[in-house]
Amino acid sequence: MLGSGILQGLAVTARNLTGSFHDPARYTTTEYPEQRTVLPPNYRNFPFLVSESAADAMGTMRCVACQICEKECPPQCIYIEKSKDKKPDAAGKMQIYPLIFDIDVSVCMSCQICVEVCPFDAIKMDQEFEIATADRFQGLLFDREKLAKPNSYFHQLHPAEAAEVDARLAA
Amino acid sequence: METPEQIRDRLRARFPAAEVTLVPNPSPAAQHSLLVGAAHLADVAAFLRDDEALRLDYCSNVTGVDWPEKEVVETVRTSVPDPAGGPAKVAEQKIKRVQPGCLEVVYHLYSMARGHGPVIIRARTGDRSDRAVLPSLTPVWRSCEFQEREIFDLFGVRFEGHPDLRRILMWDEFEDHPMRKDYVEPDDYEWEPTPHDAVLAKAARHRTAAAAPGPAAASPGGQP
Amino acid sequence: MIEVPTDPFGLAPGPRVRPVHDEFHGDLLEVSMGPHHPSTHGVFRMIVTLDGETIVKLKPVFGYLHRNHEKLGENATYLASMPYTDRLDYLCSMTNNWAYALAVEKLTGQAVPERAEYLRVILAELTRLLNHSCLAGFLLQDCGCSGTPLMYAFREREKILDLFEALSGSRMMCNYQRFGGCRVDPTPDWLEAAKRLVDGYGRFLDEFEELLTGNEILMARTQGVGRMPAALAISAGITGPMLRAAGVAYDLRKVDGYGIYPRFNFRVPLGAQGDTYDRYMIRILEMRESIPILQQALRELPAGPILDSKAKLRGLRPKAGEAYGRIEGPKGEIGFYLISDGGPNPYRYRVRAPSFVNLTILEDLCLGHTVADAVIILGSIDIVLGEVDR
Repeated sequence: MLGSGILQGLAVTARNLTGSFHDPARYTTTEYPEQRTVLPPNYRNFPFLVSESAADAMGTMRCVACQICEKECPPQCIYIEKSKDKKPDAAGKMQIYPLIFDIDVSVCMSCQICVEVCPFDAIKMDQEFEIATADRFQGLLFDREKLAKPNSYFHQLHPAEAAEVDARLAA
Repeated sequence: METPEQIRDRLRARFPAAEVTLVPNPSPAAQHSLLVGAAHLADVAAFLRDDEALRLDYCSNVTGVDWPEKEVVETVRTSVPDPAGGPAKVAEQKIKRVQPGCLEVVYHLYSMARGHGPVIIRARTGDRSDRAVLPSLTPVWRSCEFQEREIFDLFGVRFEGHPDLRRILMWDEFEDHPMRKDYVEPDDYEWEPTPHDAVLAKAARHRTAAAAPGPAAASPGGQP
Repeated sequence: MIEVPTDPFGLAPGPRVRPVHDEFHGDLLEVSMGPHHPSTHGVFRMIVTLDGETIVKLKPVFGYLHRNHEKLGENATYLASMPYTDRLDYLCSMTNNWAYALAVEKLTGQAVPERAEYLRVILAELTRLLNHSCLAGFLLQDCGCSGTPLMYAFREREKILDLFEALSGSRMMCNYQRFGGCRVDPTPDWLEAAKRLVDGYGRFLDEFEELLTGNEILMARTQGVGRMPAALAISAGITGPMLRAAGVAYDLRKVDGYGIYPRFNFRVPLGAQGDTYDRYMIRILEMRESIPILQQALRELPAGPILDSKAKLRGLRPKAGEAYGRIEGPKGEIGFYLISDGGPNPYRYRVRAPSFVNLTILEDLCLGHTVADAVIILGSIDIVLGEVDR
């Protein structure tokens, strides 16, 4: 019969419409921001610097300003300046630390290469995506203070990986 | 499928006037290519497409490569006989010469009929300015149409016999050829003052004179 | 500087331009469709010369998304180019990554462990499902369905995107393949979720086909529209489902047998007419063929490392030479041609994008059809401007 294809299609649409009222497989909208989807643990969005303790975030950063992440970053959004002096890090060893560590978040594409190449586990991927700001330029240039987050935060995000990193660094 | 050497010998037999040389590929991929002189490129291409054994009916990829002119230093050793009758001395002389640059077009050919490939042929232009002309292979393989236009746009090689040679990716009034090695990016295409300039000026004050330029040192609005 | 002929209004000669301008026939109307257009699949412009509603000449104009990806590739290291390949065909980042990794592995002679090969096949076939769902949805959208099939297709696509997010951290810009393997090992939970998704995909396809394949309006609009003869397709370098819809059996998974595809038993669907309906059906059939491949790969996935022990990521300096690596991406043959001069950056980095070459015959397909058909034909070619313009 001419039109049977169209009627069949209408039946499918009707099934989906009525199903959307009771079947979660048919109605898949999450009404953000009242409801939020659960992000998978591997989700990555913008990096952060790991500090050993929350109390002294600037003094216990793992970053030693080796500038490998700056070189490997594809869009070159990291800007590092080394310090001239050395300060004791979390383990007590005298290390160079970064005087300036800026990431231009409007350029960063969250490709995660900086995390892969860092030999000191100093930079890891964060999961913050609600970073909209009214100031287009200064608001999206994250400096050292804004980037440094404590190791406890890293444990919260990725407990297994943080534990493995801690074990490796303690050895 | 035949090896590149066999194809070269067959081409030389069929087109004695054409210059066909093998360009070896030292990488593990071992995809050797044949350098064909520009004068007989179209004939060679048609032969490769119609030959029964090869039937290379599918031109997969047309690439332009820029080889700018290079200064090469050659060491010439001449043997100077010793007038006293002893062993000849070897005199070394370093000659500097400029290897002329050229633009090169590489065609990757496959066969859909026979299922083999790739056969890679290359052609080089005379130089990088007035004689950057090559015959177009669009009459042989239609797939070269857009790809040759792109090479014309980005490298500046003119293809004679192309049905519609215009810029394809850049806008029509654009001058210069961006993929060349000596292309200098303009400071900004349509520069207007923005608040970002104030940020760049402030960032510049962080940098010491001796430090390497950071990301903010690029041209305003441009990426390094 | 070489003299550049300009053609600002695309008036270069086309195959057939009717020169008659009398009162009876009226003038030809030139319409610029795009670049701001909801149906041109991106910032794509077509300058269409119309005789009434019939197209007499069509010139595509693109370059609006040109980001000079190839020059960026020359200025970046091999590893740094990998996230940029995600952004070429931004719907299919896993296959772009694989094509680039394959080209670099050919250049360096790098071996890939077996688990990584299986993972690559799994992700490539998931990408194929993703891409073809997207295309089927958008083609129907272009036909005027205002979103219903599109949203049904996207509902399934979201499940695959969630899988990608759980594995690589990002839905579309996965940056997952590396030279010598993959970056992240999937957990058993992920594999379970993938198995469930693949087993359920057949039911989705059944419902989708029930909605669309027998639909008289779809058939009337797409059958006989944009017929492509096989000889023209081969000469124009068309690859992918568009070529197979014209009846040419050329699928790189069978011809080149790259990776471990020879171990999988799958058929290659071929079309008979080469029109838009065939191009749509080919993609549905290819989705159906991908499901057994995925089931087999998920079943046979071996344990082992995912990255070769000798793989070098940072500071990779391949010896001088060149290589061309290509795979059967969902849109066609995507290939990377790399010339190395021994340094950390490639000397020449070229992307052979399938959408770019597939657009060669857009004009040939659209001549004689109406404007509405041009939109559908463009939709069935399946272009993504990130690839066309790079």
